[in-house]
Parts: sequence; structure tokens; C-alpha cells
Amino acid sequence: MDRRAFLTRMGAVGCSAAASPLFTPMALASAPWDTRLVVILLRGGMDGLDVVRPVGDPDFIGLRPTLQRDTLELTDFFGLHGALRPLLPLWQDGDFGAAHATSTPYRGKRSHFDGQDILEAGSLGGLRTTDDGWLNRLLQIVPGISGQTGFSIGRNIELILSGRAPMSSWSPEASLALSPQAERLLRLVYENDPMFAAASDKAIEIAQTVAMDAGRDQETSDEMMGQPMMAQVNGNAEHVKLAEFAAARLRGQTRIASFSINGWDTHANQRNGLSNALRRLSDTILTLRSGLAPVWDKTAILCLTEFGRTARENGTRGTDHGTGGAMLYAGGALNGGRVLGDWPGLGAEALLNQRDLMPTRDIRSYPAWVMHALMGIDKRAIELSVFPGLEMGPDPRIVG
Amino acid sequence: MSFDPQLATIRFGLGLGPQHDLPRSVDALLVEARATPIHAIAHFPDVRPTMADIRQATRDRRAANGTDQEDAVAEKSRQMRRAMAEFRDQSMRAHFARAVDAPTGFAERLTAFWADHFTVLPRNGAAYHLVSGYVEQAIRPHIMGHFRDMLRTAGLHPMMLLFLQQSQSVGAKSVFGLRRKRGANENLARELMELHSLGVDGPYSQTDVTELADLLTGVNYVAEKGFRFDPRGAEPGAETVLGVTYSDHDSLANVEQALDDLAAHPATAQHLAFKLAQYFVADAPDTGLVQAMADAYRLSDGHLGTMVEQMLDHPAAWAGSPARIKSPEQFVASGMRALAVQGTGLLRSNRRSLRLILHTPLRVMGQPWQRANGPDGWPEIGTDWITPQAMAGRINWAMQAPRHLMKGRLTDPRDFVVQALGRFAAQDVIFAAGASEGREEGVGIVLASPAFQRS
Repeated sequence: MDRRAFLTRMGAVGCSAAASPLFTPMALASAPWDTRLVVILLRGGMDGLDVVRPVGDPDFIGLRPTLQRDTLELTDFFGLHGALRPLLPLWQDGDFGAAHATSTPYRGKRSHFDGQDILEAGSLGGLRTTDDGWLNRLLQIVPGISGQTGFSIGRNIELILSGRAPMSSWSPEASLALSPQAERLLRLVYENDPMFAAASDKAIEIAQTVAMDAGRDQETSDEMMGQPMMAQVNGNAEHVKLAEFAAARLRGQTRIASFSINGWDTHANQRNGLSNALRRLSDTILTLRSGLAPVWDKTAILCLTEFGRTARENGTRGTDHGTGGAMLYAGGALNGGRVLGDWPGLGAEALLNQRDLMPTRDIRSYPAWVMHALMGIDKRAIELSVFPGLEMGPDPRIVG
Repeated sequence: MSFDPQLATIRFGLGLGPQHDLPRSVDALLVEARATPIHAIAHFPDVRPTMADIRQATRDRRAANGTDQEDAVAEKSRQMRRAMAEFRDQSMRAHFARAVDAPTGFAERLTAFWADHFTVLPRNGAAYHLVSGYVEQAIRPHIMGHFRDMLRTAGLHPMMLLFLQQSQSVGAKSVFGLRRKRGANENLARELMELHSLGVDGPYSQTDVTELADLLTGVNYVAEKGFRFDPRGAEPGAETVLGVTYSDHDSLANVEQALDDLAAHPATAQHLAFKLAQYFVADAPDTGLVQAMADAYRLSDGHLGTMVEQMLDHPAAWAGSPARIKSPEQFVASGMRALAVQGTGLLRSNRRSLRLILHTPLRVMGQPWQRANGPDGWPEIGTDWITPQAMAGRINWAMQAPRHLMKGRLTDPRDFVVQALGRFAAQDVIFAAGASEGREEGVGIVLASPAFQRS
């Protein structure tokens, strides 16, 4: 697999963003800007049809004989998977929504790893043709960023954020404390090896910053735990720790954060598997909601997955790799309480290859509109640099 | 560019160690790879508790719920969980004892490569103690044998059938399918082609995936009954995969023939040769080397030993200095070899040391023990391991593990630098080792140095 085929270029020089003519600085309240963007990658292929269920579609029930139970009403056409019940108050507040029948441009082989490559590269060539994830390309065209503006969180670096522009990558379980002499000697032995020099410099810098932020982290954590919505959330779970760490960074210098939630590849017994994954997602979003309370109105959370799953349930009470699916989103800066997107239908002729939900909109257009409408990034810059070749299309009104 | 004893040990093995003689030739590596492994690790069928034991315990617990047996049964089940954790720890100890005691560790590197190629993750979180037994049974015996044997054993192993949910897959028109209103899923079929044989760029289509999924139906694992082919679950009729039609007589032989055909496919030769050359030699391996290995595979009917020998005989395999980034497991194993850690000591280590020296550091370095993110296993590109968080993990291990491992018997850093790096010790590392404030720090700097992080 080449999905990790591109390097983490921590210390490499970012391009000269300050001079970019494509950027509209007017929208920026303060440097670099004031809105928070969180991209959560749902690895494994989330079954959009089971999470946001088109119960109003006459063909739905026949396609999903065992995947119907426990549906919460959202609109007169769509219902929500019961495991997301804790997010209903956010839906009612207009802070949680979905876009349906959407996908990346990836078609055909339905590989997780190529699918994730394309999702993170933001272009059909995937990471074989670019060294940068699209969130990193966003960092490349905005002025005034620091090494902490973009923050990848978790054990692995998120390729969606890696690339030429400086960014940070850290895991809540990592730490580093060195004696001054050890630090000097390490710098000496890394001096002639740029990759090690960059990674260790960055490690020392982040470890120090995180240690200095400990006070604010504690404050965030205390505030969060006092909130009623956190009552059912297991604070020790790994995904909650990631979200808490993300919230603490986003209350500091960070403006873009990304991390992953695994476990969406539900080929069998989907009722159990998907419920577990959705509970992790719901806990994650609630943690961000409470951790980001002071800046919630400026926050946009996008949950992206590499592909949707087959329209028809398979023979093992699960679903196989498909194409069109759903994107979930949350945040006070977004226009929730609705399901965006044109519905293609689920009749035999409406499906892609008689198999998958037909995508009616490129999933990249949603983050594109968030960048434009919320962060003030010029449309041309998005279509040329962040998502080369994308046509953003009409305003889906995801921001507002 | 040809065989070099130090490079052989660093690049193809697990690194230099003062307790080991250097290999004298390529043959020494090949002999080592063919030898019976030291330090026993139980094969999957001999591991206790078995999958069936675990299921029985669950049933017992349910049955005892609310009866006066409840506490006794719960205690039994706690004991079983302790036994599983202990077994898992013991396998890990044996794994690393092999790594430090092996002459070069070439067989351990090959085993790690193929175990990763055929990654399994227990669906049932309780069954992690079975992973080592799977590797020992399905991977290790075939590292120098025919790939088709490995593909059959690993691809159809109970751990793989459970992981990729083949066990629940039946033909929709089979006896079971009609009776239970069930059918097939594509999980194993897709990964057999995409990951295990042809590679994602291989010449297969969605139709081939669907057909192979139908062909695989009937293959089944039930904890109580073991592996079997049950024609009552097999989709009736012939299936066509990659242009080859397999007879409509439903049998395991059909499935095995399809796997053999995948193993013999030229795309598989190319995919495996590239991955193996990349794993040992360079992130972007020499195309001549890859071609020679792929040719050797094809001409030997998919014989891995022949492909491995071709790799070691090729000049490009011996080019340059150690360059590829070690995986975290490889790094800590080579660190322990350089520190002259003995297998017997590791085998006796307590759980706390195991956590401190191996479990926790490997997790922070990005390679939690036997818990890859998915069926594609660990990163193939070495440089992907070097992130700030993982770098912190590597530096911490280098600075702290030697003290725990050596308990006051730490070598002088000026000697250690030669012991660990041989002729690849650069001037700056030699200087830094000598300029450190104490032995621990000096040894740590050597272990953390770029030269030691590469193989």
C-alpha cells in the first residue's frame, strides 16, 4: 500500500503564503484567523445509509431487511441511527447535520487504502501524485500560520494534514524531557540528517508547549467534566482523550485539527459493529462540544470517510465496500438540523453499478464551502490549490 | 557491492551484538532462515484457552447468571482471562528472546514481514493471546517455502476467517443460505487479492471480488468444530475469477486451486518482490533488484526461498550504508542486541518490566504490539515511522531502557558505539558518546542516533 507513501516533512520550508494573492484577508478576525476546523477521519468506510437512513425512500426497506431497528426521526424523509441519540439535542439546536449521497471521486476498486489516500490527498491521483494532504495545502495559502496552527492528533500522523507547510503532530500519550546536555548532544548527532533533525526538534518543541499548556488543559478538562452532556461519556477511552487533547489545542493557538476514529468496516453483524463505532463518534463530538464551549460558535467539525457501503445489505447482516455515503458535521458555525444533498433514489437504475448509492455531489465541495464561507478563502484558491480540479458548485449552505 | 558481514547483520538481521559472531556468507543467512526456531512458541492449535474454551466460558457465565454458581463461574472466568494475558506476555517474551539470541535475526525479520503481510486482528478482544500461535503455525514454517502454502495456511486460517468474517459468509443459494436467509460478504475475497496476492494495482475487478467471495463460501471455522469446508454453505454453480472458471463441484480443492492460481499470478510475483525488497533494502528499491526477485519467484513456481536467495545474491541489496528506518519492533530488538541482553533474562522478566521496556514504548513509537490498524498492517515506507510523537518514543526508549535492562552493568559509551554500529559509527556519534555526562546518556545517544535508527 502506498497510502503512507509520502513523507512527513516536518521541518521542510513552507511556501510563502503571506504573499498569496488568492487569499481574502478581510474575513480574518485575528491572525491567523479565529474559526476552528476539526476534520475527523472515519476509517473503514462508514455506512451512510445506516447512519442517516432514507426511511422515506420506498426502496430502502427492501434493501436493508435487518438494518432498520431503532431509527430516530430527523426529517420526514431521513431517520438517524439510534446509537447517535446523544447527538439529538445538537441536531435540534442546529449544531449537528449530515450531507448525503456524497463521495470522493474514487470509483471502481473500492480499496480502503486507495480510498483513504484520495480522501486525504483531496485529489483523484491520491498520495502517489502529491506529497501534501489537502488540509496542509490550506495551510500553505493562508498567511501568518505557526507550527501549531495545524495539529494532527493520535499515534499516527494524519496524512490529510501533512506536507510542506509546518504543522504539529502529537499523541496525548507521548512525552519528552531531556537534560540540557542530552538535548545538545542529540542535536549534534541529528545535525546531518534532516529528517531526524526536524522530527526531534519538533518533538522537543511540542513536548515543551504541551507541558506549558498543562494549566489550560486542566481548566478545559474541569469545565468539560462539569457539563451534563458528559455524564455518559467514558473519559478514559482513547477517542475521548484524543478529542480532549484536540479541544485543549484548539483553545490555544491551533485552528485546524485532525484525528481518526477506526472501526467502520462492517461486513458482518453491522448492528453491533456500527453501534460501537457510532458511540465512539458521539462521545467524541460531545467531548469537542463541551471542551470547545467558549469557541463553539466558531467551530466546524467535519466527519469524512473513504467511501459508503453497498446499498443492499449483504448475506452476513453487514454491508460491503461501496461508493456514495454520508458526511456528518457538527459545530456552532455550521447550519445543522438538516440533511444536505440531492437524493438520487435507491431503485435498481438509480444505483451506481446496480450496487452503490449514487453520489450526487463531490464530498470535497463541503469542506471547500466551509473554507470559503467560514474562513474567507477565495474560491479560486480552493479550486486551484486546495482541491485542484474541484468545481465547488452551488452553495450548499452548510455554513450559517 | 557484495556480501558484507556487518551490513548483513544490520540490514537483513536485527543488528550487531557483542555476543554474536558475524555471518561469513549469504549461505549463513540462508541456513539461519531455514533452521528450526529457538525458544518455543506454541502453535495455534496448542494454545490454551482455545477459541472454543472462551466461548464455553461465556456460555457458562450466562447460564450461571442469578444462580448460586455465579461467583464460582465468574472466578473461573477471571482465571481464564489471567491465563490469556499471561500467555500473551509469554509469547512476547519468547518473540524478543528469539530476536536477541538469534545469530543475526534474519529469520525473525522474514517472519515479521510475512506476519505483517497476513495481518490478523482478533475480532474478539479477548483472543489476542492467539496471534503468536497463528504466526508460528501459518507463517513461520513457510518463510523459505512456497508462497502458495503460506497463502493457503494463512489465508484460510481460523484467525483470518474470523478477522475478515469469512466464517459467516455462505452462498445465498446454498442450503444454509436459503434456510437461514443469509449470504456472502466480500471481505476476505477482496483482501486476498488486494493485499495478499495481486496488489491493489493488480488486474482484478469488482466482479472478480464478487466471484471469489462466492467461491470461498463453504470455507468455515466454528470454534467447537475447527476449520472445515461445508458444501451446504457453498454457493452452487461455477465461479470465474480472473478468467479462470472453477468447476461447479463445490469443494475445498476448488478454493485451494483458486488460491494457487493467485499465488502463481505474475502480478503477485511483482507485488511480493517489491514489498520484500522495500522491507529489507530501501523505501524505493532498485528496479533491477525487484525484477530479478520477481523473475526468481516466477521461475521457481513461487518459491520464497529462491526469491530470498536472489535478493541476497543481487549487488543492489548490498549498496550503500544502512538507510531504511527500522520499525519500532526492529529498533528495540536491535537495541537489546547491542546491549547484549540475553534471551534467558527476557524470558524471566516480570509483567511490569515488559510494560516498561516493550509494551508502552512500542505503542508510543506507533507500533502497539500485535495491534495494527487494519488488514494492511504496518507502514511499508520506513520514513513514515518518523513523526514527532514517535521520535519522542524512540528517544525516551534510548535514554531509559538501557538502565532498566542493564541494571548498573552498562558498557562505556565509547565502546558501545563500536559495539552497536560497527564500521557505520560516524565521527559525530563517536564524539557525542564520549562527551556525554554519564554512561546512560552516552549509550542513549548512540541508540537514538540516525545511524542506529537505520538498517
